Formats: sequence, C-alpha cells, structure tokens
Amino acid sequence: MTGEPEPGARAGGSGTGDGGRVGVGWLATATTRGAVPVLAVLTGLVLGAVIIIVTDQDVIEAWGKIGSQPLALPAAAWASVRDAYRALFAGALGSPYALSESLVTATPYIFAGLAVGLGFRAGLFNIGAEGQLFIGALASVWVGYAITGLPVCVHLPLAVLAGALAGAVWAAIPGYLKARTGAHEVVNTIMLNYVAFRLSDWLINGPMKRPGWVPITPEVQPTAYLPRLFGDPLRLHAGFLLALAMAVAVYWLLFRSVLGFELRSVGANPRAARVAGINVGRTMVVAMAMSGALAGLAGTSQVLGVDHWLGQGFSAGYGFDSIALALLGKSHPAGVVAAALLFGVLRSGATRMQSAAGIPIDIITIIQALVIAFVAADALIRGLFRLRREEQVPAEMFTRGWGG
Amino acid sequence: MDDVEKAGVGRNQAPGEGQDRSRPVLELRGIVKRFPGVLANDHISLKLYPGEILALLGENGAGKTTLMNILYGLLPPDEGTVMVRGEPVRFSSPADAIEKGIGMVHQHFMLVPVMTVAENVMLGEEKVHHRFFLDRAGVSEAIRKISERYGLAVDPQAYVQDLPVGIQQRVEIIKLLYRQADILILDEPTAALTPQEVHELFGILKGLAAAGHSLIFITHKLKEALELADRIVVLRRGQVVGETEAARADEATLARMMVGRDVELVVQKPVARPGEPVLTVEDLWVEGEHGEPAVRGVSLEVRSGEIVGIAGVQGNGQTEFMEALVGLRPSRAGRVMLLGRPVTGLSPRQVLEAGVGYIPEDRQRDGLILPFAIEDNLVLDTYYHPPLSRRGWLDRRAIRQRAEKLAQAFDIRTASLGLPVRTLSGGNQQKVIVARELSRSIRLILALQPTRGLDVGSIEYIHQRIVEAREAGAGVLFVSTELDEILALSDRIVVFYRGRIVGTLEAAAADREQLGLLMAGATGTGGVAA
Repeated sequence: MTGEPEPGARAGGSGTGDGGRVGVGWLATATTRGAVPVLAVLTGLVLGAVIIIVTDQDVIEAWGKIGSQPLALPAAAWASVRDAYRALFAGALGSPYALSESLVTATPYIFAGLAVGLGFRAGLFNIGAEGQLFIGALASVWVGYAITGLPVCVHLPLAVLAGALAGAVWAAIPGYLKARTGAHEVVNTIMLNYVAFRLSDWLINGPMKRPGWVPITPEVQPTAYLPRLFGDPLRLHAGFLLALAMAVAVYWLLFRSVLGFELRSVGANPRAARVAGINVGRTMVVAMAMSGALAGLAGTSQVLGVDHWLGQGFSAGYGFDSIALALLGKSHPAGVVAAALLFGVLRSGATRMQSAAGIPIDIITIIQALVIAFVAADALIRGLFRLRREEQVPAEMFTRGWGG
Repeated sequence: MDDVEKAGVGRNQAPGEGQDRSRPVLELRGIVKRFPGVLANDHISLKLYPGEILALLGENGAGKTTLMNILYGLLPPDEGTVMVRGEPVRFSSPADAIEKGIGMVHQHFMLVPVMTVAENVMLGEEKVHHRFFLDRAGVSEAIRKISERYGLAVDPQAYVQDLPVGIQQRVEIIKLLYRQADILILDEPTAALTPQEVHELFGILKGLAAAGHSLIFITHKLKEALELADRIVVLRRGQVVGETEAARADEATLARMMVGRDVELVVQKPVARPGEPVLTVEDLWVEGEHGEPAVRGVSLEVRSGEIVGIAGVQGNGQTEFMEALVGLRPSRAGRVMLLGRPVTGLSPRQVLEAGVGYIPEDRQRDGLILPFAIEDNLVLDTYYHPPLSRRGWLDRRAIRQRAEKLAQAFDIRTASLGLPVRTLSGGNQQKVIVARELSRSIRLILALQPTRGLDVGSIEYIHQRIVEAREAGAGVLFVSTELDEILALSDRIVVFYRGRIVGTLEAAAADREQLGLLMAGATGTGGVAA
C-alpha cells in the first residue's frame, strides 16, 4: 500500500545506489502516513504554548522587567506553559475520575466521528451529524421516559435502537435526494440541521416538555440508562464500550463486507462503480442512513448515559467537531477512535487547566483548530518536518464531497 | 505582425544561410530524471538538427513524455544539460522554453472553445492598439500570412468550438508559429484525427521542416514514425535503445527495439465461423450528454464467433451506442436483444449477468478504481458471488486466489496484488479489466477502444485474447478509431457517422481508402448493404 510503481518499470535502470534510494523512500512513505496526524498534534501543542506565553499575565509582567531581571522572562514563560499543560494532562488523565471524564467526553466524539468518516468513505460529505445527533437523542429520550414498565433488557436496547433508527431516517433523506435528483448532500444536510434544531426546540418546549417552567424533557426511566461501568463518582458508562464496538463494526463493514466494498467503490470512483454494476444511488442512501445511525447514537449515548434528559443546546457541537475528527483519523475507524480520545482528553483537561492554571478554555479550542488545520493542509506539516510526499492515496475520500 | 513577418523572413532564409545543417539546433546530454521508485529518464542524449523531423518512438511509460516535459520547462532534470543552438539552457517554465523558440502541441489541445481562432492565437500575448483595444485585425492578418506560407488553412474569425479536431490542431500549430517557435514538439498528434486529417497534417509538418523548422514527433505508432520522420530514436524504460534513419528501418525492427522482443504485428486468426446471433439491435436511438440525438436509428447484429468492428471518428455516437447496450445510458427508442432476450431497460448489473463482458473507453475513469488494490479491481463486478463472498462477507483469501489466477493467466505484472491498481502501467491496467471481463462466463464482449494508448506488446496481447474469446464462441462488438485495429481485428466492419451506420463491409474486402472516406461522412461510396 505504499503507492510505489511496479518494480519492473525500473528493472532496466542503473546502479545499486538507485535501489538503495528507493528502499529508503519506501520506508519514509510508510512512516509518513501515521506521522502527519501525530506531528500535527505536536505542532498544535507547541503553537498553543506560544499563545499561552504571549497571553499570560505573569509573562507580560516579566517582559516589563526585562531590563532589571532578564532571566525572569524565560522563567515566567516556562512556568506558564508548564503549569498549563500540567493542569491539562492532570485534568484529563491524572486520576481515575479525570480519565473517566475524558472517556465520557470522547464517547459521543467516537460515534459522530465514525458517522462522518463512514460518509467520507462513500464519497458523501455528511455535515448533518449535529442534526442527526439531536434527532437520535430526542428519539432515545422519548422511548426512555414515555415507555414504562419494561425490563432493562428490553427497554435499554429499544431506546438505543430508537436513537439509531431516527438518526438513520433523518440522514437518509438527503441521501435519497442526492441519489434521486442529484441534490448535493452538503446543502441538504445543513438545511436538515436547522430543521432538527427547531424541531427539538419545539418538542422540548411543547409536547415533550416536563411539567414545570424549565424547557427540558422528563427524566429517562432508570431501565433505559446506559449502565455506569464503575461506582460514583465515575460517570463512565456502557456507551463508551458500545462506541468501541461500533468502531470495530464499522471497520468490518467497510473492509470485510460486500456492502462496504460497494460503499468504498462508490466513494472512490462512482463512475467505475456504476459500470461494474453497483447500484450507486441505493448505496448512497444506505451509506447516509448508516452514517446517520452512528450520529444518532452519539446523541443517544449522551442522553441515556450521562444527562438522562434533554434540554436546549445539549450538544457541545459534537456533530460539527466530528468532521474534523474524521479528517484527523483519515476516515479509518481506528484513526477516528484515536482522534476522538485526543479530543476527549483536550476538552476535559481544558476545564482543569482553566481552574488550576487560569488559562482560558478557548486555548484548547485554538489548539484543536490548529491540529485540524495542519491535518487538512498536510503540506504544511510535510514542509515543516521535511517529510516526503506520499502518493495521494486517501485524498479521493475528501475531494469527492463537492463534486456531486 | 511586424515581428511575425520578420521572423518569417528570417526563417525562410534559415535553412540556406547562417544555420549549419550539421550543427544541432537542440541537444540533450545525459538527461536523468527520477521519480519515486522509477528512473524515468536514464542518461538520455539526443540531437535535433535544423530542418529535421525526429520521431521519438516508445511504449507508454518509456519516458517520452517526461523527456519532453523537461525540454519544455515543465520539469527540471536531475542531471544532464539541454543545449539550444549550442548554448546550455535551464528552463524553469514553458515561458522560458517559448522564449528560446521551443513550442509544444499537447496531446490534449489547450484552446478556449468559445473564443475565435485569432483570440486563441494571441491568448497570453495579446496584441493591443490604442493601449486598450485588442488588435484582432492585426492578429488575423498575421494568421493569414502563416496560413498561406505553410498551407495551414484556417479562418481566423471562426470559433474554435465549431472547428473539427484536425483544424483545431492547426490552430495549435499556428499558435506556436505566431510565437516564432522554430523547434516544434508534437505529442501524439494523430490520436484524435481521421486518416485524411493525418495525411494532411503530415503534409503540413513536412512543409514546416522544409522551411527550416525542426520537429520532434512523439508517437508509439510505428507506421507514422516511418512515414513522417527523417530519423527515429527509440526509447525503452527510460533509455535510448536505438536510433536509425527512417529510410533504413522497418516495422518489425522498430517493434523489436520498442518492446525488446519479437512482436506479432498482424493478428493471427482463423476464419470466422459465425453461429447464432447473440446481439440484435433494432432501430436504436440514444441521447447524448446534452439531450441531442447521438445515436439515430442504428440496427445491427452480432453473431457468436464473429468480431464486428465499429469504425468511426471519435464522437460519432459509438460511445453512447455501447453505453446504451450495457444499460449505462437509457435508450430513447428501439430494441436490444441479447441471446434472444430483450435487455432494453435493464440495469448494468443485469446486463453483465446476462453474459456480457464490457470494456469501457476510459479505463481510469470507468473501468478501475485507482486507489483500490489490484485484486479488488480484478473482482470489481464479481465480488458478490460465492466463493468471493458469502452471506454478505468478503472472503479475502478467495479473492486473493482468484486474483492470483487471473494475474497469472493474463500476465499482469506486479510486485504484489495488494498494491493500488494505479501503480500499474497503462497496459497492465487494461489487462486487469480484460482479465476481469473475459474470465466471467460471457457470450458477448462489448469493447470500447480496447487498446487505446497501449504499447505494441499490450495491443498484441489484448487482440489475441479477444480472438481467443471469439474462438470460444463469444460474439465481439468493438469500437475503435484506429483503422489498423479495425482492419486487423474485425471480421465485419460497420462505420458510424453522426449517429448512423453509413456502411457495412466484410473485413476481407475492406480497404483503408474506402473506410477513411466513409468515416469522413462520404456516404454512398460503395458500402455493401448488410
């Protein structure tokens, strides 16, 4: 999978030096594939450190005293970065509770990242993960509170399935429109996001409002809770395991199943897929539905595992961040899980960083943005670290988005 | 236009005085270009003399295009020097090359269809009067002068989109002459032309050489190299493997140099024994990309054990016709019967399942999924059948086994079947498609330009395979714009012109002249009724 031309092509070539050079090139190509995201994260953290330094009050004061105490400036800079990142990692990984919180945050990221990544693999740009997440959460919450008297073993699966199904249906609409009329999925998923937001506002304020003044839904029955994996105060719940299971399932689906073969064919070259007899339209609808089901599960895991009710603006933008996650993970389930864990760690550590080191949470948003920018514009990273250009193997997945 | 006149005058005198015919106008010394894993140009040296036509002959992937891109400033060489008129030069862009009088006609024309000839010619070097207005009249006048001098008849006011391909190519040549290029590089210039147009082009090129221009003519067609060139340089795997005077060369020698072994230039095939009809088309109408009628009432029959060739210039409805047969394009009216069963309105998969092997026109766009592994491309339309998959799950081992069998049977050369198919050469890519389509149980082969852009060795191979399929009882219907291929492979020939069949000939009785005329639309010149 290194993208090397057939060796026969240079069999007539000259000299042994040439062979050696090719060997090194192959190695470089193999290592760069995973290297770009990792280096992008490192570069993001380094640039984040620069931002922390230039915005830190102590550093600014040390700057003022540069004449009398020249060494105070580097010391202050070092201290601010050290404190910030120490708090960040302590807040994310430093204790069982911190770790649990990081994984809780990562859970919806995994689902939503898989959703967008699966869409990419099929050549579809599902920007509607956020809306599908809302719809999935609404369906799960409704099944969770409105149906009573069922045992856990029935109620919980039912509530989870309701979320997946609702997300699937919601996403299948733009999929169908694309297959049938060629209407671009980017436009239609964005539009359906707004429909989903307003629909959930209305439901939470009306038919699904819990008695009282607060516009939130009633509490989900305990029989529909995604069970906690450990005792209080650790909030890590079974949704995290479900997310990992889904990642494995998506991997098997994409790379081992007939449907996945068709889906990737359509994503990589819809014309050739059609010539080979694949029903491109149907595959698109199915891919969108599966993508929507995963996005719906992101909402489901949050309401059944963490919140147990649904209020306005309950999602912290998981659906939108998931586009970045899919990019970061190169649309591969393992990559998406890694990226989601990273985001979970950064997000959950950021809170501690703010309280302990006084660094605004927005720094984390900036670091995330930088990481994404470096992954998307990987030429920057390649130039910075003098990496050899690999053949544009994964690029097709993303370029098709606007092509229709 | 003053410049043009001056340049023209200068050129007129060029061959006679000032320039020494024995001193190369262009020289490449030890050019080396490496791409990751490939040595595309391996110490290539060659010389081009004034007034000479040099053919650069080689298979695809031999390094011809890389070499010309270096010469034209599109790629820097890793080693070696380019000398123009005895001076070493270093081009960093085509503009530098043009500056030194080097011009290139690309395989795909670089013209703006909605502009006139004059506008296209001055594009990038606009002539202006009163600081603001384009001097169209002046440019037109200059074009007329060039046209007259070299027999390049073109109307400067015509819109490029209304011109036939052959004339568009003239516009490209005029563009170069207008920029005073005297070293012209032509990259596969005959690919899209009718035989008559090729003939005219060669006349023009010979005239240019006689007037002192020096030409490099890139081709993989032996006949053309022999007909046009003074000298032929053969490239193989990035190296110059032979150089000869055209007058002293013949096709067999050149083919051996190009491929590195003896090549069968004529398709050996026993006499056809047509059986029952496998494909019957009655009065088929098909719309083109923009709703225009592209196929207008075509009827034909293909029997088992015969090869029917559809001749015609590109864009006369052949593609739409074949795509309609395989279900990729809806037909407007008419009937298609496959083995006595109507297949009109069936999906591509249903048609393929009914026993059709389909080789699309553009292998990279329609035939392969380039980032996918070779083995996956080999099962691209059979993956859903056991044993390749069971109950919706792929059996990777069975797929690998099938791919290994096909790669062996069809001589697909690669280090590993797990590599992306894009790493294969064009010939091997086409073999992947041919292997996939011919290895299914098929009764009819529909092939569009099955050997387009391939080298002699691969063409020979694919032709043999098609003949073998015919011998095994399949009917074959193929489209080609190459007269040689049509004549070599067909048992029966139909000629398409503007969406209609304008002639049907028995291959044995067909001759090039007659076919060429039919392809150009001269109806009623003795086409035998079907």
